[in-house]
Parts: sequence; structure tokens; C-alpha cells
Amino acid sequence: MTPLLALHGVRLRYPPGFTLEVEALAVRPAEVLAVIGPNGSGKSTLLRVLGLLERPEAGEVRVGGRAVDAREALAERRRMATVFQEPWLADTTVVGNVTLGLGFRGIHGEVAARRAARWLERFGVAALAGRRARTLSGGEAQRVALARALVLEPGVLLLDEPFAGLDQPSRTALIADLAAVLREDRVATVLVTHDRGEAQALADRVAVLIAGRVRQLDDTARVFQTPVSEEVARFVGVETIVSGRVLSRAGGVTRVEIGGRTLEVAAAADPGARVRLAIRPEDVTLTLPPEQGGGSSARNVLRGAIARITVTDAGARVVVDCGFPLVATVTPRSLGDLGLVEGMTIAAVFKASAPHLLPGLAPHTP
Amino acid sequence: MDVLVQGFRHALRLLAGGDPDVLGILWLSLEVSATATLIALVLGIPLGAALALTRFPGRVLLVSAVNTGMGLPPVVVGLFVTVLLWRSGPFGDLEVLYTPAAIVVAQAVIAAPIVTGITLAAVQQVPEKFRLQLVALGASRRQMVWVVLGEARLPMLAAVMAGFGGVISEIGASMMVGGNIRGQTRTLTTAMVLETSKGNFDIAIALALLLLALVFLVNWALTTIQQRRAL
Repeated sequence: MTPLLALHGVRLRYPPGFTLEVEALAVRPAEVLAVIGPNGSGKSTLLRVLGLLERPEAGEVRVGGRAVDAREALAERRRMATVFQEPWLADTTVVGNVTLGLGFRGIHGEVAARRAARWLERFGVAALAGRRARTLSGGEAQRVALARALVLEPGVLLLDEPFAGLDQPSRTALIADLAAVLREDRVATVLVTHDRGEAQALADRVAVLIAGRVRQLDDTARVFQTPVSEEVARFVGVETIVSGRVLSRAGGVTRVEIGGRTLEVAAAADPGARVRLAIRPEDVTLTLPPEQGGGSSARNVLRGAIARITVTDAGARVVVDCGFPLVATVTPRSLGDLGLVEGMTIAAVFKASAPHLLPGLAPHTP
Repeated sequence: MDVLVQGFRHALRLLAGGDPDVLGILWLSLEVSATATLIALVLGIPLGAALALTRFPGRVLLVSAVNTGMGLPPVVVGLFVTVLLWRSGPFGDLEVLYTPAAIVVAQAVIAAPIVTGITLAAVQQVPEKFRLQLVALGASRRQMVWVVLGEARLPMLAAVMAGFGGVISEIGASMMVGGNIRGQTRTLTTAMVLETSKGNFDIAIALALLLLALVFLVNWALTTIQQRRAL
């Protein structure tokens, strides 16, 4: 399968003095590829290189397997469309904005207006067609910006943090609408975001970019469940990363000793090996200890005192001291039902399949 | 004080009566300054846009030169245009010195840096990321510049106002290259100087009122456009 758009051996310095280095990154037909990473990791620079908006110092951008040279850049750029964090609407009407890119391609008049109307409709902003762009709210403006890009029927849609500037309700609604459009039309898309939730909601594959390099590129679920390094694990939301020693391996279960406790883990490792375990907070549930009526069929039940509770918009983040700090997230409901308070003893429960062994530590190192 | 009141009365009579001399002067001034402003726009807008959108060695020097040019003393322009158009000068063969064409040239030289400087500032205040967005939507360089100029249209109306206002009120250059020849190169400002020196205050005041009214009307029209679009 020839990728639609790909980077090969790309190298480019970006402010304030970092270097983007991408050996190979390819966008497949009809997929949504999310590029995630912390601020300053080079995500936006990477997207600009993909969009032929910035030329790399070394390496090449390939379209349909062929390197693009400077003379073809405009023609190739016209097969893509980019939406940035800010909508950057021109000071004209909404329809005038949506037909802007069509005008650049020589499509004017009735044809352009019809196509614009259809896309405004799909993003639920048809009623705003005659409004001046500067009178729109942030959410409306970004819908217009997306319509303006998709009306071009781009071969590849490039999105640079398109939801980052929106308030939570507008953002949730727009992500859902965009997901529907991308699913129906199967538009190959590269989404740059620092928000893991957006990547999980939209992406088929995820590339994790840290300090200018792609650290992991895989199916979305695999990146989140089996990060390849501690850096990636931290970025994809793993909160508990602890070191332990493998005691034994039998019947598909690896027993690992950590902080005086023994955990049962599904992942394979050799006895005696030092390992690092990554556990996602949402994979850990909290229950009352067995003698207080709690109970679970899961492999790992660790008693411990609650060290800290931090309330978040989705519930709470609870740190349990089980000989090592184990982080769990709980819903607002369980926070109340269990009567969780700092200092109380609780049982932290997770399945044997929850911990992921991080590679990188040599076996048998003391 | 009496002189002033008398002057105003006479001035209004002259204007109401449609004095052919005064109307001729008004028409010539309008024609010359409008043409000069138009030429300045044709030269200044592309130059200002180019200076705003490109980076090259010596650019800052050139921008400084333009900014200096915005305050160019008209007599200095008058002097150099006279030298260039002088019978034995490099453009002497054209024989345009002491004709309205010479005034147009001098006024265009005065207005062009004003238009260039204001265009430069107007285009530069359009964010670079907006330009990137246009390119990302498939704009060629020319299409990008066109849309950016459209975005800057309101501040650029100021360029028209400042350019026209500057040249219609200018006196030094018009006097030097036009010669203030009655019925040929006499403009509102040069006529005013002459009539004042002759003690004909009433005529001078009539001309002053006309000049003010003219500048006001042009600015009023442009401001109306500007403020309506700004809402």
C-alpha cells in the first residue's frame, strides 16, 4: 500500500533550538493519524513540513511515494488543507471564507457556493452563511474553518490543535461532528494534539513525538496500553511506574515483587529479571477491604492507606500507598459511595493484564 | 477683525457666483492632486506590500528610507524635480516644466512614500499566521498578497487620505515646478500665496475655504467607508 504522504529522513531545526528528526512517517489512505506529544516537541513543525509549508533542511516529503520538489509544491499543496488552532478567518462573510480555497483553485460562482453550503450544513453552521466572520463565536469560527478546509475535498487533511482554543462543551461537540465526517468520508487526516483524549477519540494510529523524535508509532490502543518507554508511558497517561524483581513464571502468570508486595502479571518475564511496570490509573479500581465487605476476583488486591485525593473534572485521582505509590482514578460517584478520605485504608484492585512491562531494562541486572 | 468678516462675505459671494477663475483653480487642483495620488497608489501599494512580505539584506535601510520619505519637505522635491525637468536637465526634452504635468510628477513623488509607508504598516499588521493559513489553503503567492491587501483595506484607506491630503495642501513643489501661471498652473495653494501677498484677503479666504471644504469632503467620504466596514 503506497502511503499518500510520507516523510523520509527529515531533519529541521525549530525554535528555540531543538531539532526535528523523523526517519520515516507515512500517512495511509483513509486513516486518522494523531501526532501527540508535549508542548515544544516539534508537532506543529512536523505538520508544516507535511503540509509543504516549511522545507526541511534534510530529507524529503513524498506524495504517493514520489519526492515533491519545490516547483510542484503549490500543486501538491492544493491537494491538502490545513486547519490551525486559530481559525484565521478572513474579514468577509462566512460563505466568502468557505469559498476562499475554491477560489484559489479557480472554482467560483454558483458551483463554489453550492459546495460551501453543503459543508456548512455538515458542520451545523448553515444558518451563519451570510454572517460576517468576525461576529462568530470561537466554536462557530472553528466549524467554519473546518468546512473551509473540507470543501476542498483534500487528499490529506492536516489539523494542528484545532480544538485547543475552544471551551469544553464546544470542543466535545465539534470532536463528535468531525469524527462523524471523517468516518463517513474516509478522509486521510493527520491530527496534531497535546490532548490524549482527542487522539483516543479520533485516531486509528498514534505517533508519539518527544523532543523532535517519534518515540512510538502504532495503533492507538497499543500506544496507550503498551508504551515502549517510560517517557511515552508518562505522556500517554500512565501514572504508576515502579521497579520490581521477577520471582517466578508459571501458567502464564509472572509473579513480581515490588515494595514488599507480590503482584501477578500476565506479561512474560524471566525469573530474577529487574522489570519496570506501568499501570494506568483507570485500570485500578478501589474497593473496601475484604473484611469490610469488599471483594474481587481480580488477581491483584493491594491494601494500603490513601495518601492523597485530588478532585478533577472527571472524578478524582487517588494515590494509595501500597508499599509503592499506586495511582487510581475514581468517578465522583465512587468517591462518595466509598466515603474516600485521605488516611483511610482501602483495597486497590487490578487485573493481571493491567500492568505493562516497559522494555529497556536488561534482564538480570541487580 | 473687520478684514476677516469682509473677507468671508466676499468669499461667499465669489463662491456663490461661481467665479470662473476660482472654479478653474479648484478644478485644476483637484485634477492634479487626484492624478498624483492615483500614481502614488499604483507605485506605493505594490512596493509597500513587497517590503512588508519579503526579507532581504538592506530591507531595514529601505524601510527607513520610505519612512523618511513620508516626511519629505515639498520644497526639496520641488527643487529636484525642477532640476530634472530643466531645459538642459536629463528630462528637459519633455518640456513639461511649468505645466500641470510637472506638478503631478512632484506631488506623486511626495505622496508615494506616504502610501508606501502606510501600506507597509497595514500589511504588516496582518498576522503572519493568517498568511500561512492562506498558503495552506492553496493560495499562490499572488493570491495570498491579494487577500492580505483585502484584509488591510481599512488602514489602507488612511493611505489614500494621507496621500491626497498631503499633496492638495502642499505649496512649495507646486510653486517651483508649476510656476503659478494664471489659467495654467495656478492651484488653490499657490493662488492663495499670491493673493495674500497682494493684500486680496477676500479672494485668499475664499480659496482657503474651498481647500478646507475639499479636503474635508474627501476625508468624510473615505472615513464613512472606513467606519462602516469596521463595524
